[in-house]
Amino acid sequence: MDFDPVVLARIQFAANISFHILFPTITIGLAWILFFFRLRYTRTADEAWEYAYNFWVKIFALTFALGVVSGITMSFQFGTNWPGFMERVGNIAGPLLGYEVLTAFFLEASFLGIMLFGKQRVSNRVHLLASFLVAFGTSLSAFWILALNSWMQTPAGFVLEDGQFFAQSWSQIIFNPSFPYRLLHMLLASVLTSAFLIAGVSAWRTRRGVDGPATAKVMRVGVILAAVCIPLQVLVGDLHGLNTLEHQPQKIAAMEAIWETGEGAPFTIIGLPDEETRTTRLALEVPYAASLILTHELRGEVRGLDSFETHPPVLPLFLFFRVMLVTAGLMLLVSWCGAFNYWRGREPGPRLLAALSFMTFSGWVATLSGWYVTEIGRQPWIVQGLVGTAEVAADHPSATIAGTLFGYIGLYIFLLYSYVHALRYLSTKPARSLAMLPQRRSRDAQGLS
Amino acid sequence: MADFLPVFFVFAMGLSLLVYVVLDGFDLGIGMLLPLADEGDKNVMIASIGPFWDANETWIVMGVGVLLIAFPHAHGIVMTALYIPVTVMLFGLTLRGVAFDFRVKAGDDRRRLWNNAFFGGSLVASMAQGWMLGAYITGLDRSPTSYAFAVLIAVTLPALYVMLGGAWLMIKTEGELFERAVRWTRNALLPMGVGLLLVSIATPLVSERIAERWFTLPNAIGLMPIPVACAAAYLVIAWLLRRPDVLRGGYGHFVFYALVLICLMAALGLAYSIFPDIVLGRMTLFEAAAATSSLEFIFWGVAIILPLIGFYSAYVYRVFSGKATELSYD
Ligand code: HDD
Ligand code: HEM
Ligand code: HEM
Repeated sequence: MDFDPVVLARIQFAANISFHILFPTITIGLAWILFFFRLRYTRTADEAWEYAYNFWVKIFALTFALGVVSGITMSFQFGTNWPGFMERVGNIAGPLLGYEVLTAFFLEASFLGIMLFGKQRVSNRVHLLASFLVAFGTSLSAFWILALNSWMQTPAGFVLEDGQFFAQSWSQIIFNPSFPYRLLHMLLASVLTSAFLIAGVSAWRTRRGVDGPATAKVMRVGVILAAVCIPLQVLVGDLHGLNTLEHQPQKIAAMEAIWETGEGAPFTIIGLPDEETRTTRLALEVPYAASLILTHELRGEVRGLDSFETHPPVLPLFLFFRVMLVTAGLMLLVSWCGAFNYWRGREPGPRLLAALSFMTFSGWVATLSGWYVTEIGRQPWIVQGLVGTAEVAADHPSATIAGTLFGYIGLYIFLLYSYVHALRYLSTKPARSLAMLPQRRSRDAQGLS
Repeated sequence: MADFLPVFFVFAMGLSLLVYVVLDGFDLGIGMLLPLADEGDKNVMIASIGPFWDANETWIVMGVGVLLIAFPHAHGIVMTALYIPVTVMLFGLTLRGVAFDFRVKAGDDRRRLWNNAFFGGSLVASMAQGWMLGAYITGLDRSPTSYAFAVLIAVTLPALYVMLGGAWLMIKTEGELFERAVRWTRNALLPMGVGLLLVSIATPLVSERIAERWFTLPNAIGLMPIPVACAAAYLVIAWLLRRPDVLRGGYGHFVFYALVLICLMAALGLAYSIFPDIVLGRMTLFEAAAATSSLEFIFWGVAIILPLIGFYSAYVYRVFSGKATELSYD
């Protein structure tokens, strides 16, 4: 069989980054949550916070390790799969990636050692600082990489000479039009992902009867954090969409499967867009709603796919966008029910616990769907409107790429399975992971003083 | 500025990669020594690198990052040509990196699996790095002799890493494990020496350009310190490894320093052989450099932040100085 190497290179890049992003989405949020646990313990001297920290820091370390190794793969992928990308856009992309390494990666990787293993070797203050720097480093890394990604979506601040990009204004490059929305939306996505993870695992522990003293507290933090962040996320998402309408209208048209330009466009709740016939089959529509959402006017004009020379594939955008919205709806439902329950002064009952553990990995689903909308929505461009994806691909033989692709996918399935298995294993071990820590601490302290 | 910046960045790249070879070299070396140790020793060995490995590994991201930032044209050529060894190395580094956590967190019945992944990942990554270095020295040539040369480095580099790993254990451990580390290091010494010697002989043979640089007269004399220093370092190591009593007296550090000296000399020799090319015989670093405006923007970052990184890395090593004990999160 003969596959197009460009398609294979794209699948490979997509597989690698999809695997990578699973772990940063957890570590970015969880790092701040862990810092919060440490702060609470320092302030209140309530041992439960320390138990909570000791349990979750193990999961954090595991997640971080997976994020690091898959990230190293990413840093080579630009060269191995898209050599033309760096040749043409290197003047812009290079420094942004460089600042990520310099300011973020070294910071988080260095202080991680102290955060994980140094509690008995440094003062509480230094340990708090190390935990803070790790959390700060992860968010900073999101800042730089999203600056680059947003620039690829909405390029600004450059001049083009002979097909090469040159920087003109670094502040315009970094703070390009879609960057603030994307950064906020992604950071909130990370907080939501980790909030549902800690709430879900705690609910699972409670149902299994393996909860230590801290589980209830952790669950409460998770639920309340989620309940606060999800409406913010819906708001930011809406603003993000309006920004995209301004800068990448063809993406919105594809997300909403609006085939023809018109006034008073309906919103399609669900259906099957078909690019050959340029219609949406089995469509369930709400009249005027798309115009209302996008232009905030009942009869506002919405540009359809017919008005663009090229546009991204419609079906995946339409469906992935809906997956994100449905997940957001479920998140809202579950976290608000949970928060209401706490507000009435009750601990979560069996139904709520079941719902929370069902939602454990919901953040992953929404985040991946969101990224697919964003990235597939940029096609066929790698830099929106300026550089085509196919122009910059490496010319490896298909067989080479297909071979390594199989290798990667096999490795990732194995690692993902091992990760979820390890999470389960740690969560089922109450004695070692939560309850027995104080004895060990005194033993270690003897060895060190 | 336009001429200074590419030279500055090639220096930053070389330095990052050298730091990587030394620091992750001992991590990978310990990974390769792992099967020789019993379970208790394995824990201590891994504890001796646990707090550092992540930051150590970041140096390769930095090295490749500088190549990408400052020499985007060369980055594409090099990475495309090295596609297979890079992929193999990434598989190795991935398995090694996750095994740190999985071997203690995935349950006792899986510990063997993850110990093996730790070993296998370290070995594969080390060999792939040797292969990449070999391919790079031959100017990414694809002839059979060039492959043979790459294979030679692919078996030599792991021996060097094992030496570094053993020397690190002499710094970080005591008692029986210390004695074992001395023995392991002694066993790796001859393979490493022979390997390095063969590589030194083969390098001018595979590249006429390099031969010309080294064996024309005034240069040859000026370059003598490099082989002389390497030989001296080798003899010091050989002598120390025969005197465990001296090593126990706290001189284990010197084995490590002598190995660092060998790495440094090799790096200088390589730099001399290749400069000012970035892809040997194909592209100079001035041709490959990114636009001056971009280099200026990142120059200030490197100039200010790199020393800062050195500073806090040193702090982390100080916090965890002394003999390693089993790691705990408390
Ligand atoms: C929004 C967040 C985000 C996104 C979109 C990406 N990363 Fe990432 N990356 C992180 C957030 C992050 C993170 C939170 O900083 C790390 C550190 C540990 C972890 O779990 O993720 C990480 C680790 C990490 C590392 C290892 C750093 C270390 O040694 O500590 C590398 C080399 C990369 N990434 C490179 C990339 C590249 C080339 C990407 C894009 C193509 C990319 N990452 C997308
Ligand atoms: C973090 C989450 C991300 C996910 C899940 C993701 C996903 C994807 C997917 C699915 C594609 C393939 C699209 C297609 O070919 O139809 C793609 C392409 C690509 N993305 Fe991303 N991406 C992410 C982040 C990033 C970031 C941060 C960057 C750069 C800074 C980036 C750069 C690229 C490039 C260079 C391509 C290849 C060209 C292309 O096919 O468009 N991506 N990504
Ligand atoms: C009703 C709620 C939401 C709306 C209206 C919304 C809107 C959007 C839009 C329009 C995009 C595409 C932007 C573009 O590419 O131009 C997007 C992307 C994305 N969404 Fe959402 N979203 C919502 C909920 C969520 C939730 C709950 C999560 C995760 C927990 C999430 C995570 C993401 C991510 C990671 C991306 C890709 C990165 C980015 O472009 O920001 N979204 N969202």
